[in-house]
Amino acid sequence: MRGPVTILVADDDAEAHALAREAFRAHAVRFVAGAGELLRYLRREGPHAASPRPGLILLDLQLPGEEGCAALRALKADPQLRAIPVVVLAGEACGEADVLRAYDLGAASCVTRPGSAAGLGEVLCAVGRYWLDVVELPR
Amino acid sequence: MSAQPITILMADDDEDDRLLAKDAFAESRLANDLRFVEDGVELFDYLRRQGKYADPSASPRPGVILLDLNMPRKDGREVLAELKADPQLRRIPVVVLTTSRAEWDIVRSYDLGASSYIVKPVTFAGLVDVVQRLGRYWIEIVELPTPTDASADRRQT
Repeated sequence: MRGPVTILVADDDAEAHALAREAFRAHAVRFVAGAGELLRYLRREGPHAASPRPGLILLDLQLPGEEGCAALRALKADPQLRAIPVVVLAGEACGEADVLRAYDLGAASCVTRPGSAAGLGEVLCAVGRYWLDVVELPR
Repeated sequence: MSAQPITILMADDDEDDRLLAKDAFAESRLANDLRFVEDGVELFDYLRRQGKYADPSASPRPGVILLDLNMPRKDGREVLAELKADPQLRRIPVVVLTTSRAEWDIVRSYDLGASSYIVKPVTFAGLVDVVQRLGRYWIEIVELPTPTDASADRRQT
């Protein structure tokens, strides 16, 4: 019912990339490995000069250190980027405080990232069924 | 993942739309507590527990807010701007549910901090379908922020 969307997945796990490609197969999925690359992609720096602007970002909150939160904060503070909805994938180790923080920083929603491949695949499909079939994304 | 027994708060000035939403929730078998306010001013009375919402039992914290854009007194855009500037309220996800398909409204709503933007279907069947999918996502898939105003939500057992 809608055209293909570019989905930018910020996650450093190769298995997650394969699952995302499968879950969003009717769409264009791009990957970045870390927070720094996420911001360079969005700001079209270096090799990302011609990168398509994503309609949706999936951000693994467990990027090394504070990187995930710092990237979310930076992108929600940027008037050019803040309209892009960010779905945060919070690892099973994340607690209520991490979830609250993600919303405070401007996450559009926060989803538990299951440890198992089957679980993660299901969650990504559920994310797709909502964001790509029901929601209008910014262009 | 288990369903979260959250309250869903819908702000919509159109009585027919409120009734249709209520029926669509019933039809979707979503057993969640669904409450309504009629405009942005009443929405903030509810969230800030003022006036007829002073009693906490009349204003349980919503897990998600469904927000119409075009309302009298205080419209959806003003609501988003005010809500997202409030440190206590900004964490509540707001789903814009409106008849407008205008690109400007979509971008502006996200810019103001909306969690999603959904165009209200014109048919009842379409509305039931959207309510079902929206409900499944926010109630079964998403981790919602836990209410922090413990004093106001303390159960009297």
